[in-house]
Amino acid sequence: MIGYVVHRLLIMIPTLLAISLIVFVIIELPPGDYLESYVAELESQGESVDPKEIEFLRTQYGFDKPAHQRYLHWLVGMVQGDFGYSFEYRLPVSEVVGDRLVLTILISIATILFTWIIAFPIGLYSATHQYSWGDYGLTFIGLVGLATPNFLLALILLYLANVVFGTSIGGLMDPQYLDQPWSLDKVLSVLAHLWIPVVVIGTSGTAAMIRRLRANLLDELQKQYVVTARAKGLPQFRLLIKYPLRMAINFFVADIGSLLPSIISGAELVAIVLSLPTTGPILIAALQSQDMYLAGSFLMFLATLTVVGVLISDLALAALDPRIRLQGGSTR
Amino acid sequence: MTDGPGTGAAAAVEHYVSTEPFDPRAIEALSPEQERYYLASQWRLMWWKLKRHRLAVISGGFLLVMYASILVSEVLAPYNLHTRHVDSIYAPPQSIHLFDRGRFVGPFVYGTTYRLNMENLKREYTENTKEVYPLHFFCSGDSYDFWGLTTARLHVVCPAAGGTLFILGTDRLGRDVLSRIIYGARISLTIGLIGITISFVLGMTIGGVAGYYGGWVDMIVQRLIEILQSFPQIPLWMALSAVLPVTWSPILIYFGITVILAMIDWTGLARAVRSKLLALREEEYCMAAQLMGARPGRIIGRHLMPGFMSHLIASATLSIPTMILGETALSFLGIGLRPPITSWGVLLSEAQNINVVALYPWLILPAVPVVLIILAFSFFGDGLRDAADPYK
Repeated sequence: MIGYVVHRLLIMIPTLLAISLIVFVIIELPPGDYLESYVAELESQGESVDPKEIEFLRTQYGFDKPAHQRYLHWLVGMVQGDFGYSFEYRLPVSEVVGDRLVLTILISIATILFTWIIAFPIGLYSATHQYSWGDYGLTFIGLVGLATPNFLLALILLYLANVVFGTSIGGLMDPQYLDQPWSLDKVLSVLAHLWIPVVVIGTSGTAAMIRRLRANLLDELQKQYVVTARAKGLPQFRLLIKYPLRMAINFFVADIGSLLPSIISGAELVAIVLSLPTTGPILIAALQSQDMYLAGSFLMFLATLTVVGVLISDLALAALDPRIRLQGGSTR
Repeated sequence: MTDGPGTGAAAAVEHYVSTEPFDPRAIEALSPEQERYYLASQWRLMWWKLKRHRLAVISGGFLLVMYASILVSEVLAPYNLHTRHVDSIYAPPQSIHLFDRGRFVGPFVYGTTYRLNMENLKREYTENTKEVYPLHFFCSGDSYDFWGLTTARLHVVCPAAGGTLFILGTDRLGRDVLSRIIYGARISLTIGLIGITISFVLGMTIGGVAGYYGGWVDMIVQRLIEILQSFPQIPLWMALSAVLPVTWSPILIYFGITVILAMIDWTGLARAVRSKLLALREEEYCMAAQLMGARPGRIIGRHLMPGFMSHLIASATLSIPTMILGETALSFLGIGLRPPITSWGVLLSEAQNINVVALYPWLILPAVPVVLIILAFSFFGDGLRDAADPYK
């Protein structure tokens, strides 16, 4: 097991390096840089710019150096915990990102839990009551959930809340807590608001999960060991819990790896619609204004989050399934 | 049952011999129906199986109709894409009636009167039941440029002279929402098809090379796919489309977005192709082709791929919705397609603000075709996948 963990951790390093290179290339691709658009903006407002100041900033942040040096500088900085400087906010990136990243992680974890709690019993029911009305109904709802883009779902919920209850459900906490330090009340307020984005983001993932759990369980239920257990007179429910479900759990855990990127994707979009204080709105603003360190760090964080998620799911899988542990391979 | 010796009655029974020529293979002969089935090509078998899948056929028909509609969007839409009605800004949908005060008139709409509420500066439109505007069919209305070829005025339906026909309301510039949805289908539907074509070619080439050669090529491709898949899709799309220069013409942006969508989508297909080819390249017929001197390109394209092409097409169909959703999401955020290009996402970007949605809820209506198309593609793709599976 320890050998497997070490092996998995070592594989992560080249992956993260490659990701950082791709991120760097992407944020370098647009023509010009933040300082150029900054100067253009100031000039369009009729303000004069001191070329010396711009030149100073240029050397200060290494805009005059060749690309590979800037990449190395950025990379080394990140390893040391220095994520660069956001020109837009005039703050170190880590200060801009901090809270928002925590909230993104919080929403992602809550969404995964939500997905599991909903998908598990429904998938179980659908598989054991195949072709019943309940199964058809749940499958249909699931398909509609799969087909509705989650930002639309967010809009529709916002609209309904506005029309039916006359309240706004946007945001992630009551307005009075916005700039307050963290306190128990603030946490409670966040929790009270959290369910809306979680439901919105989780819907499509839940629908997909139900479909896959149903298909998997249906395969397992026809296997001979289930027939044997049934022939031996094991009660229905106990049998279900004891054998086929254990097999299905494996894939549940393995699925975090593919679930997480889609949840984070969805969270970004929904955050923009619901104006949540997570990474989404800032990421898009940073991309538009070429605030390269900020945008790059965000992309890097989100990708790292996914890589770590896959790592966790692989490790949990190895702990659950001796076949993987002993062969040292992964199921993905 | 046989006649034993000594039973004289047996002689009376005539021994029956058929005069027809004896065919020793009669039992192997197939009825025409069976023959049709056994000799059918793979594609024909697929078609028969697909026909049994009711929902898939309905969805396929719906998709066909939608795609056919983009050929004649100009004729179907009651108004031109860019016609602005300055005196009906944010007009609510007009409902179609059949009877006016108990008298049958055929489909018609009532006129509307507009009043600016001076207290809250809200535009108020009320139905004026005194004015009756019957709908005209196959009539002459707004002029349009038909595919840039000729100028024409023919519409399937248009408003009566002096009246308006806003079945789904108007937007902030007084443009008819229904017409814009019909025109928007052109961009939204084609972006999925072009995107999937690019990603199909990419996935087959890269996956094919990786699977056929194996070894270090396979290693590199595998790692690349893993890395691409560990990026959350939408942030990556966002970043890439922010790269597109603002100065590009709308048509270039359209192709840029398509390429971006395809560049991230090919990984799943490449994986499927790779794993299939890894197994197939060990088969004898592949070895035979190699011994006869066929080059790798020919072996992959002519001998290996056709074996599971139907399956590939089915899974490609299932990933079209992702592309359509991707375009819608990007345009909705304002970093995908931009006006004057009209796609469903661009239309939805007007509904980005909750205050707008609360006041003018008909602006979210472009979401309806998005959901319908995605559902149709999933049902159709599911049916296709089942039909393409020879073991079912």
